[in-house]
Amino acid sequence: MGSQKSINHAAAADKFIANESRTDWHNASVSYLRKKRDVGAALVPEWETLRSLASGIKNNVLGNLDQYLEQFEKNAQANGVQVHWAVDAESHNRIVTSILERHKVKLLVKSKSMLTEECHLNPHLEARGIEVVDTDLGERIIQMRDEGPSHIVAPAIHIKKEEVGELFHDQLQSEAGATDPQYLTEVARQHLREKFLNCDAALTGVNFAVAETGGVVVCTNEGNADMGAHMVPLQIHCMGIEKIIPRQQDLGVFLRLLARSATGQPITIYSSHHQKPKEGGEMHIVIVDNGRSKHLGRDTFRNALKCIRCGACMNSCPVYRRSGGYSYGYTVPGPIGSILTPGFNLEKYKELPFASTLCGACSAVCPTKINIDEQLYKWRQKVYEEDYLDKTKETGLSVAGNVLSSAKKYKRASALMRWALKWMPRFMTHNRFNAWAKKRELPEVPGESFRDWYRKNRK
Amino acid sequence: MSHQSIRVALFVPCYVDQFYPQVGKAALQLLEKCGCTVDYPDEQTCCGQPLANSGMEQAAKPIYHHFVETFGSYDYIVVPSASCAYHVSHHYDVIEQTEVVKKVRESIYDITAFLTDVLHIESLGARFPHKVGIHQSCHGLRGLQLARSTEQMIDPYSKWEHLLHMVSDLELVQLERPDECCGFGGTFAVAEEAVSAKMGKDRVRDHLNSGAEFITSGDMSCLMHMEGLIRRNKWPIQVKHLVEILNTDG
Repeated sequence: MGSQKSINHAAAADKFIANESRTDWHNASVSYLRKKRDVGAALVPEWETLRSLASGIKNNVLGNLDQYLEQFEKNAQANGVQVHWAVDAESHNRIVTSILERHKVKLLVKSKSMLTEECHLNPHLEARGIEVVDTDLGERIIQMRDEGPSHIVAPAIHIKKEEVGELFHDQLQSEAGATDPQYLTEVARQHLREKFLNCDAALTGVNFAVAETGGVVVCTNEGNADMGAHMVPLQIHCMGIEKIIPRQQDLGVFLRLLARSATGQPITIYSSHHQKPKEGGEMHIVIVDNGRSKHLGRDTFRNALKCIRCGACMNSCPVYRRSGGYSYGYTVPGPIGSILTPGFNLEKYKELPFASTLCGACSAVCPTKINIDEQLYKWRQKVYEEDYLDKTKETGLSVAGNVLSSAKKYKRASALMRWALKWMPRFMTHNRFNAWAKKRELPEVPGESFRDWYRKNRK
Repeated sequence: MSHQSIRVALFVPCYVDQFYPQVGKAALQLLEKCGCTVDYPDEQTCCGQPLANSGMEQAAKPIYHHFVETFGSYDYIVVPSASCAYHVSHHYDVIEQTEVVKKVRESIYDITAFLTDVLHIESLGARFPHKVGIHQSCHGLRGLQLARSTEQMIDPYSKWEHLLHMVSDLELVQLERPDECCGFGGTFAVAEEAVSAKMGKDRVRDHLNSGAEFITSGDMSCLMHMEGLIRRNKWPIQVKHLVEILNTDG
């Protein structure tokens, strides 16, 4: 267990919400993605069947992952691809660095990889004098701001176009005060074009790795991942071990679900299949564990690895939309992040399973049917079992537990509580120590409880 | 329709017992109107959810056993709270699954589902001449599937609407976000006070914008949270539990 400071989601959320109009704007922007998902999904009559298929395929993958990975490696190697295995983030970064250093790479263009964010590849490369440029617009914006992603599909969703205008003005010398998205995109395009023309290697993430072909599939809208991979002889694709799907035909299930779940699009603009190196070039695939196989060993929680990173759970989460991605303190925020992170470091992320009302929207929207809300509930039990529950909370609830397991104690305690709430002066019940009463009234206390009424009138 | 042969135990959740006795009374009277023989077991306390949702289900086990002991002999356990019904049916899997535990988990019903699925109520003789917005509590909606949620791509249905359509002169309003959570979430309401209050505010605002005079729900806990905000901000809207509306006189 790590000794790092715990993520305080509630405090970060409190700060985010302090700017209420911005919170409303963030909520509306993220909700817009969800609304588009609803429209897109409704156009597929067999949507619920597709979800069941996807869930079944992923269950099969997780149950036979070792075999599929070996099959994938064998087929990829037969295609002339160099396959590397990384046990953790550090070894991933080392592998990528050694490939780049061997080719004397000065400039790497990178696209669509949450995994390299997870492994903190950028600072690792920069420390070794290799320039990295994220080429997807959202990713480039947050890179220029020296921030991490706040959403896995729309990494810069927390940033307004006015702020992008200022950023580009400062760093790319665009017109001051520009807010027109088309103009700003053109500025980014010209800036990135120069990077593409001068880069020595390209790196992308992987959406699906097909065991039977040894190929990888990368889904993007901007095409920058392809621009990079096609420009230079050296291409690298980094993937978590869970990205495997058994057969090419399974893409027919996942590609239909992924883009619709993410943004409501029938399919991403580009679904690029990378199978073998270019003539005279090199293609590398880095397969990363970084805690995943440990997670696979946890019966209750393993199916979180079915995630295809569509972001629909974030878009559906009423908490995420009002607390922002950074409040979760991890690359993958929101509901799915809250069930993955406790597996990496329970002490550090012990608050995240509680950053939810357990409303269940995440599970209901998930294209691979991950039981996210149930896992949040189960992680809460782990937090208590491992003795990480806040002691004030624990003591209070232990007293309540004792009272509630006996009718006699319950009757006595409740009479006392109602008496207190009715007769205590308001400053004692409505104060800064009572979080309920900060913005809410306490319920009015009736003259008698239901039980008292029943006893008088019905017994 | 007479259902006098069915022995129904009324479970009144702890916070309803203490703060909203009128909801317990309405539930009792409504079940009796529908012909049930209703008993209120005096030994009842709570289903244990407040502890379990905080991670302390191990510490809640004595409450679970007490609940099973109190309610084990009835044909049906009916509760005016989808959340409590959901907890007993879905989370009492951590105690030994004896015959009586299994029976309790199967025979507990949220009152909405009991009226529609067991009693098959088709008319009520109730009247409520107001504009009403339904707050679909999450445990009722996604937990007990009392209605279709917007995530699901299946034909729409709603057991709440089915019952409210039987009430004369009641007008249901259309909401912008028909199934967004209100932000109560048990201890979430205090542990994540800022998000909770903001969610509640947004939820009430949606009902206000739709012209509703009342917000109704099958879960008083959601309504307690929203009522707290309504009273603090003096918003022109009230809350009423579903059974209070269904139990009105025609």
